[in-house]
Amino acid sequence: MIGVNILKEGWDRISQAQLDVLREVANIGAGNAANSLATMLKSKIQISVPRAKIMPFADVPDFMGGAEAHAVAIYFHVGGLVQASILLVMPVEKAAQLVEMLLGSCNASLTGSFSDFEYSALMELGNILSSTYLNALSTFTKMSFKPSPPALAIDMVGSILNTILCQYGEVSEMALVMETGFKKDKVDVMGNIFLLPEPDTMDNIFTSLGVIV
Amino acid sequence: MGELFQVGMGDYKLAKPPDKLITAGLGSCIGICLLDPKSRIACMSHIMLPCSPNDKKYGNPGKYADTAIIAALDAMKRMGADTDHLVAKIAGGAQMFRFSGNSSIFKIGERNAIAVEENLEKNKIRLLNKDIGGNVGRTIIFDPANGELSIRTIKEGEKVI
Repeated sequence: MIGVNILKEGWDRISQAQLDVLREVANIGAGNAANSLATMLKSKIQISVPRAKIMPFADVPDFMGGAEAHAVAIYFHVGGLVQASILLVMPVEKAAQLVEMLLGSCNASLTGSFSDFEYSALMELGNILSSTYLNALSTFTKMSFKPSPPALAIDMVGSILNTILCQYGEVSEMALVMETGFKKDKVDVMGNIFLLPEPDTMDNIFTSLGVIV
Repeated sequence: MGELFQVGMGDYKLAKPPDKLITAGLGSCIGICLLDPKSRIACMSHIMLPCSPNDKKYGNPGKYADTAIIAALDAMKRMGADTDHLVAKIAGGAQMFRFSGNSSIFKIGERNAIAVEENLEKNKIRLLNKDIGGNVGRTIIFDPANGELSIRTIKEGEKVI
C-alpha cells in the first residue's frame, strides 16, 4: 500500500489526470520496493494496482485496518528538495512473519514482544524498502530524496497515525491515500507504505514530471 | 441503551446520558472530556496540536487545544449546560515512536498536554483527573452519566479514571 497525502488547502484541485500520475509514481516505487523485498525473502512478490482515495484525516486509520488495529509502524522523514514522511505500517503478526522469514525465528511469535535484534531487523527492512521506493521516485522525477534514520512504534494504528498526521494538521484536513498491496503466494506479506509530502511538494513533483498544476 | 458517538481526529462532539462518547487510537493527540455535573451535558474533543495558527484559513477549531475548548464551551452552552462549573478529564499525549532522535514532531504529545492544561485553567475548568504521556496509544470512552473515563490500551490493559 502506497499513500500520498495532499497537504494543501487546494487538494481538491488535484485532477483525475494528476491522480493517475501519482498512481503511476506509487506503482513504480512499490514495484521497486517489491523487488528488494523479493530479494530479501528469496521469493516472488506481487503488487496490486494502486488505489487512490481522498479522505479526511479522521478516516485514514479506518482505511488502514481500523484505529485500534495492532500494528508495527516504521517512520522516516524525507528531506531534501522534497519534504515528506514515509510510514510503513504492518499488522503485528505480519511483522512477526517477516522477521521469521528474515532471521529464521521470531521471539514475537512466541512471546508477543520483539527482541532488540528483531526491532533492528524490522527497521533495516523498513530502511531498504523505503530507500528503494524513494530511489524509483528519484529516477522518475529527477529529484533527490534523503530519508532520515528509521523510528519505530508498535501500537494502535490510530495512535501512530495521530503523531504523523498532527504535523500536517495546520495546513490540511484531508489526505489523498494511495495503496498497493504486497503479496507472496497470493497472501498479504506486508502492510502498507505511506508517502506523505509536505505542502508545495505536490506542486514540485507535478512540475518535475511536466504535469500542469 | 444509549448510543456511542465516535469523535474523529480534530473533531468534537456533545452527548447526554444515556449516550457516551468515544475516540479510538489517541497517540500524541489528547482527548478532552468536559462535563457539566448538573445537566450531565458532556463534550469530548480530540485535539491534534497545542495552539491555533494566526492564519485561520485551516479552520476546524477542534484541531487545536485553545480553540477546541472555546468551541466546546460555546456548544455546551447552546445545549443548555452551565459552563461556569465544568469539570474535565483528559487522556493522551503519548510519545509513540522510539529510537526517534530529536525530531520535534515526536515531542508534540508533551506540548499538547501542557497546552490543554493551560487552556483548561484559563477557562476556569477544574481538571479532575488525567492519564497523560507514556508511549501507549489509548482508546477512551466517556460516560456523562457518572463522569467515568475508561481508557483502553494494548500494552497496559484497561483502566477507569
